[in-house]
Order: sequence, then structure tokens, then C-alpha cells
Amino acid sequence: MTELSLRLAVSLAQIAAVMGIVMLTVMILTLAERKVLGWMQDRMGPMEVGPYGILQPIADGLKLFFKEDIVPAGANKFMFSLAPILAMVPAMIGFAVIPFGPNETIQLFGMTIKPFVISDINIGVLYILAFASIGAYGIILGGWASNSKYSLLGGLRSAAQIISYELNVGLAIVGVLIMSGSLSLVKITDAQAGGFWHWYVFAFPAPQIFAFVVYVISAVAETNRVPFDLPEAESELVAGFFTEYSGMRFAFFFIAEYANMVLVSCVAAALFLGGWNAPYPGTILAHIGLESFAWIEGVAWFTVKVYGFLFLFFWLRATLPRLRYDQLMKFGWKVMLPIALANIVVTAIAMYIYNQFK
Amino acid sequence: MDHLFFGYFAGVIALTAVLVVAFRNPVYSALSLLIMFFHVAGLYVTLHAEFLAAVQVIVYAGAILVLYLFVVMLLNLKTDDRYHSQWRAAAFVGGPLLIEFLVLLAGSLAAPPAAAPRVDIETGDNTLAIGETLFSTYLFPFEVASLILLVAMIGAIVLAKREVPETPAS
Repeated sequence: MTELSLRLAVSLAQIAAVMGIVMLTVMILTLAERKVLGWMQDRMGPMEVGPYGILQPIADGLKLFFKEDIVPAGANKFMFSLAPILAMVPAMIGFAVIPFGPNETIQLFGMTIKPFVISDINIGVLYILAFASIGAYGIILGGWASNSKYSLLGGLRSAAQIISYELNVGLAIVGVLIMSGSLSLVKITDAQAGGFWHWYVFAFPAPQIFAFVVYVISAVAETNRVPFDLPEAESELVAGFFTEYSGMRFAFFFIAEYANMVLVSCVAAALFLGGWNAPYPGTILAHIGLESFAWIEGVAWFTVKVYGFLFLFFWLRATLPRLRYDQLMKFGWKVMLPIALANIVVTAIAMYIYNQFK
Repeated sequence: MDHLFFGYFAGVIALTAVLVVAFRNPVYSALSLLIMFFHVAGLYVTLHAEFLAAVQVIVYAGAILVLYLFVVMLLNLKTDDRYHSQWRAAAFVGGPLLIEFLVLLAGSLAAPPAAAPRVDIETGDNTLAIGETLFSTYLFPFEVASLILLVAMIGAIVLAKREVPETPAS
């Protein structure tokens, strides 16, 4: 029984650590987004709170915490409270299968622990896809329960958008799955070790470069970010599905959106860009004899890749105008979907021929 | 432990399945259907069929039910009593299903079920096992099922298609 409780304690500690890092990242992102947007538009960004405005996220958090919590008249109270939770939980739960660092084990209290992944399940990729699709419920129900036309329209738009682009995300990943022959994110990342030419974006015999582009565009659409932010298009729908939300409930939707951004960036890094693997064989720290500190380099590369993607999100927001709704649907179904399908066919044929001659 | 989990999942599935038809508000019905799908997925996990569990959530909860919810919200069925108290339709569907169930029950009591090709799911990769079975033993039913889905898709397109008014070629 003590072993079971010890195991539980270790798992809980891992979950708490990952949650903490994700929440910290979200806090950094809210500031980084405003700063990056500011610099790109030749402004300063937030400058008031703390030196260079670095304490702005804390001020925002306090503000949201102390705001009045308003439930609009005629709203469905139960659904109105449930929706933010339904949006937030799937965004957080996906991090359970992300490998943040080398797949090594440490011995602690006589148990084997994998320090850099909470749970290495054999259907990791599908697990993330499953919970990403549940995130749509929070948005739809939030829009419906608010008893407001703008919210409802925002929620419905989001439902259509998420269903359309989720398909492309799933199909774009299939190419990687064919090449790795596994659904576990840990195994997929391990298979990409040994230099950037082994990353699945560039890997022989079927570089997944098209799948990567489809994945990134669809991921931006799935997280409702500019230029695909139609569910919350402020010029048409006030603020979309969270028009009626205030205080902490609004904060939940907000955190869910940013946590989703971090999640899709982690998945993109793990599937296409080698995860924690450095772009050169091995690690520098291992070469100079610091074998036991090599994990620091792995985690650092993973962080760099994830933040690179997050910067791309900000860059797109500063650069591109919003798409029209019919353009969005046409682009998803008539451009992205055929490319993703063609990629699967080409990858499958290439892998078959490659395995014949191996 | 296994029996405990099975009892929990089965109990919740039965309860939420009844609630789906018992709720007056169709959005609540959809939500209890969502809970039901999750527990069916949980049942698959206890059987070591993780792949099926994930697909269950992705396809049913993630895609089909969202579309249901979409339609429910657009139609605003809350104020529409047309779709309640459909006793005749219920009897029409429920009667044959009940007879089928009884026949199957009688059949299973009489003869032990034919042994299906067994795969060692405990040790192997169950995604691989499902893929191999689907593309060897059950290839024909699998292809027929996809054909049926294609027909349904064509039907939907035909129903939704509108005649485009003739425009002068420009």
C-alpha cells in the first residue's frame, strides 16, 4: 500500500510541476504577445507595471480575480458555469502525454520514474486528438448558454471551424505515424534522434514538409487565432462566444486558448521537429563529458522549439487580416484536405518501397 | 477491481442512456449522451482496447455529437413540441429491436458463440492488431461499410444541393 501511495504522490508531483509550468508559460505568453505585437507595430507595449511592464500578467490576473462575476438574465446558469470548465480541462489534460525531455528513467525510493513525461501511453497522439475535440463543447455551450445572439453565432462558427480543421490536423499527423509506426509520442520522438535530417519534416524517404505546413495552419485555425479567429471576430460579433463572460469565467476561456496554443506547439515540436532532440547528433554536454547533465540540453531544445512556434502565432497575428467565413471553409475543405490526403498516399507508397529495399 | 470498474461504467452508461431520452431540453440530452460516450470509451480501456476508446471519443464525442448540438441549437427545439411524445415511431423502432434482442439472447443460450480469431492484446500493440484484422479477415465488410458511408454522403449532397440559376457566361 505504501508503494501505491508513493507512486500516487510522485505522479501528483509530476502533474503539479507540469501544470505549474504550463500556467507560468501562459502568464509569460500574455505579456509576450502584447510586447511582440507592440514591437512589430512600432509601439512599446505595456510599460506601466514593473520595469518594462514585466509584472503586467500579475496585474491582469488580480484584475480578473476581483472582477464581478455576472450571469446574464435568461442564461442557463448550469451550462454557463460548466462551459468554461469544459473548455479549460481538455486544454490542460493533453499535456499528460507530452515528452518534455529525454526518455530516461531515474530510481527513486526503489521505483522507476520517468521524469520528463507524466504518462507514456501507447495511443498518445490519439489521446491528444480526442481531448482537443472535446474542447469544442466548452465553446459551443458557452455560446448557447449566454442567451445572446452574438455568443450563439460565435459558438456555432467555432463548432464548424473546429470540426473542419480537426480533420486536417488528424490527417496531417497520419504521415508521421506511417513513418514511425507508433502512436506513442515518446517513441515517435526517440525515432527522430541523431540530427535534424532525421526529423520527420526532412526525414528520408518521405519528408513530411507538406504535412507540417498543413498541421501548422490547421493548428492555428483550431486554436481560434488570427487569421482564423472568426468565432471571436470583434468587428462582427462583439467578442464571440465569451461576450457575456466576466471575471474568472472569462479568465478560464482565456487560459484555455493559450494553453491550447502551447499544446499544439508541443505536439508540432514532438511530431515534426524531433521533440527534445538537438539538431546535431547527440548532445554537446555529453560530448564534453557531462553525461548526467545532457537532459538540460534536451529540455532546452524542446523549449526553444515550442517558443519558436508560439512566436509564429504572434507573428501571424501581427501580419495577416482575418479571413472571410466562406474563405475559411473553402480553404479548409478544398485546399488543406486534398494536400493532407495526397501526403498520406505519397508517404505510404514511399515507405512501402523503402521497406522493400531496406 | 475489474468488476468495480465495469459496474461503475455500465451503471453510468445505462443511467445516461435513459436520461438522453428523458430530458425535455435537447441540449441536456446531448450532454448526457456525451457522458455516455465517455463511459463507453472507459469500458474499452478496461478491455485493453485503448485504440477503440480513443476513436470512440474522437469520432462520436468529437465530431458526430458536435454536429447534433449544432443542429439542435439552430432549430431551437426547446419551444417545439413536434418532436416529443413520438410513441408510434418509438414502438416502430423499439419493437423489432426487442425481438432481435430476445432472439440473440435465446441463440446465445443455446449455442456457444463461434470463436473469433484471437489476438494477444495484452502483450501486442492493439492498434496494430486491429489494423491487421481489419485489412485481412474483415476486409470485405470493412469496404462495404465504407461504401455505405459514401452512399450516405452522396445522399446528403443531393438533398442539400440547390439549383444554381443559369447565369450568362461572362
